[in-house]
Amino acid sequence: MEPFTCFTSVAVPMDQDNIDTDQILPARHLMMPRDERYGGYVFKDLRLDQDGNEIETFVLNKEEFRQSRIIVAAHNFGCGSSREGAVFTLVDAGFRAIIATSYGDIFYNNSFNNGLLPVVLPEKIVRLLRQQLHDGPGAEVTVDLEAKTVTGPDQAVYPFEIDAHRRNRLLKGLDAVGYTLQYASNIKTFEEQYNDAAPWELDAIA
Amino acid sequence: MKQPRTLFEKIWDRHSITTNEAGQTLLFIDRHFCHELSFHAFNMLHGNNRMVRHPERTFAIPDHYTPTTGLEDKDYIDADTQALVENLIKNATRNKLNLFDLGDDRRGIIHVVGPEQGITQPGTIIVCGDSHTSTHGALGALAFGIGASDVSHVLATQTLWQPKPKSMRVTVKGKRPIGVTAKDIILAIIGHIGAAGGTGHVIEYAGPIIQDLTIDERLTVCNMSIEAGARAGMIPPDNTTYRHLKGRPFAPQGEAWEKAEEFWRTLPTDTAATFEREETLDATSIEPMVTWGTSPEDVIPVSGAIPDPKLETDPKRQTALNRKMEYMGLKPGQLVSDIKVDRVFIGSCTNSRIEDLRDAAEVLKNRTVCIPAIIVPGSGLIREQAEQEGLDQIFEAAGVEWRPAAGCSMCIGVNGDSVKNEERCASTSNRNFEGRQGRGARTHLVSPAMAAAAAISGRFTDVRKMGKN
Ligand code: SF4
Repeated sequence: MEPFTCFTSVAVPMDQDNIDTDQILPARHLMMPRDERYGGYVFKDLRLDQDGNEIETFVLNKEEFRQSRIIVAAHNFGCGSSREGAVFTLVDAGFRAIIATSYGDIFYNNSFNNGLLPVVLPEKIVRLLRQQLHDGPGAEVTVDLEAKTVTGPDQAVYPFEIDAHRRNRLLKGLDAVGYTLQYASNIKTFEEQYNDAAPWELDAIA
Repeated sequence: MKQPRTLFEKIWDRHSITTNEAGQTLLFIDRHFCHELSFHAFNMLHGNNRMVRHPERTFAIPDHYTPTTGLEDKDYIDADTQALVENLIKNATRNKLNLFDLGDDRRGIIHVVGPEQGITQPGTIIVCGDSHTSTHGALGALAFGIGASDVSHVLATQTLWQPKPKSMRVTVKGKRPIGVTAKDIILAIIGHIGAAGGTGHVIEYAGPIIQDLTIDERLTVCNMSIEAGARAGMIPPDNTTYRHLKGRPFAPQGEAWEKAEEFWRTLPTDTAATFEREETLDATSIEPMVTWGTSPEDVIPVSGAIPDPKLETDPKRQTALNRKMEYMGLKPGQLVSDIKVDRVFIGSCTNSRIEDLRDAAEVLKNRTVCIPAIIVPGSGLIREQAEQEGLDQIFEAAGVEWRPAAGCSMCIGVNGDSVKNEERCASTSNRNFEGRQGRGARTHLVSPAMAAAAAISGRFTDVRKMGKN
């Protein structure tokens, strides 16, 4: 997993609330193995029509936003299904950070497992950032995980909060299982006590 | 005296292995379900030369990509789909997991099979790489969906790091009106708190109406917790729960049952415990509900009309409403009862259990449908039960297609059962997202009785007004 420290890029505004994982990656494309590139499928049904032609009005099809690698979204981004493919496709398409007021919980969690940083900022700021990006298409935004700040196109700096565990893992690009295995003896002790306390629990399956 | 705790806190505490410096808790996982799309997780696991830590706690059940017309080679839409199903079976066999294989009558939609087999038990933590894992909370479990990396983590360690979610209680007050189903109740709840209303929270459903629900109904309610954005939904275990579980194949037996039940009875939320958020809803005014837009929160009673975006003062919300309206092919002010429906789907982990099928049969009896309709049972055992009760004959006499093989089917449309572009579907599933049932598909979420009524009249009809037949 690629570590995330500080990242600057053109940012794209996506005004819609509740952009769900079916829109990020339609279910038809969930079968692909991970070593196939997912990038070409990002926002597929919003981006391309039935014949595969670009839908002009979709924001990522506008010239100024084609190079963007940060999304400034709205409310409840990534709600819906647990498919990690929604994160694969964003990452493979080059996106490194999302800024929104809130996320679907599972999507939020999946992002950290793939080096994608979901930043939460208050509604007022997110709205302002989107406005600035609409007004000056092609403007850049910086997301600094070390400093826990977002810098807008006008150089205004906004601090954000993030869980320290997730931040650490992202900064170092750490594999989650490797991290947990440091706790192997805790797990073992727990399991023994747990099985003693609730012996019925494994009754029919062991 | 011990600190009063909620059901959720009691389950959380008994599964906490340790807490790290950042305040995340390492939780022990009791039960883990895998389906075809768990292949990413198996690839990650094998790629790192890791093994499944507790195969006995892991259940593999193909449901998303399996055909519903039968399970022969010819029933699959393509070779890739079949390969995906076979891949799960291979991974399950290689890792010695509990497998409910294709020919097994117990096989079906994971969230139907777990509770049916007694694998889902009060006080347990259950995860699955599927957001509707919240269903299992109906039996007093803490159950939530996870992504592929986390699935691989659970396979390898039987644990998961989680920040502690917040707790929220949704109390449904008043009397349940006649003809209002569990589906209508949960749709009304989602309409009330919004599609992101439960984000970061575990919801406990409370109130006399909830307590009076059958297990099948509770499963419907908890199933859609994720559509309110919640991490999980749960209902405290009670006699209804124990009656349901007793004698199920994977439930404890004999002396173990006694001990288990004694423990389960300590789980319900203590009277003095508090929740971080409380919401209440009066059931008295709930009617049969229909969603009109592309989020489950876009829900109105069947007697209602499509909202007018012009009345929306927030320009951003107005744009969003216009877009939904365009996608759904609806006009502002249009009466729900004037909306013509092209096809009907009864099934999915929300509404494919025996009581759902009985509800549909009651409406379909001695009537004929005028549009294509399919009914897909949630498991092989439900199919057998329905056929024993003669429901299949009612369905077939009404002109409905009764599918022999259980699975997710038209809920997600990846097995070939899909809704065509711009086709309007009355569906008992849980998501009306753009393209969910197929590209350009227009989904309206309803209860099984309402879906059956729509199949008969070709438009949305208040099932309570259809009279006896
Ligand atoms: S029935 Fe639908 S919602 Fe339920 S598990 Fe299957 S695809 Fe997911």
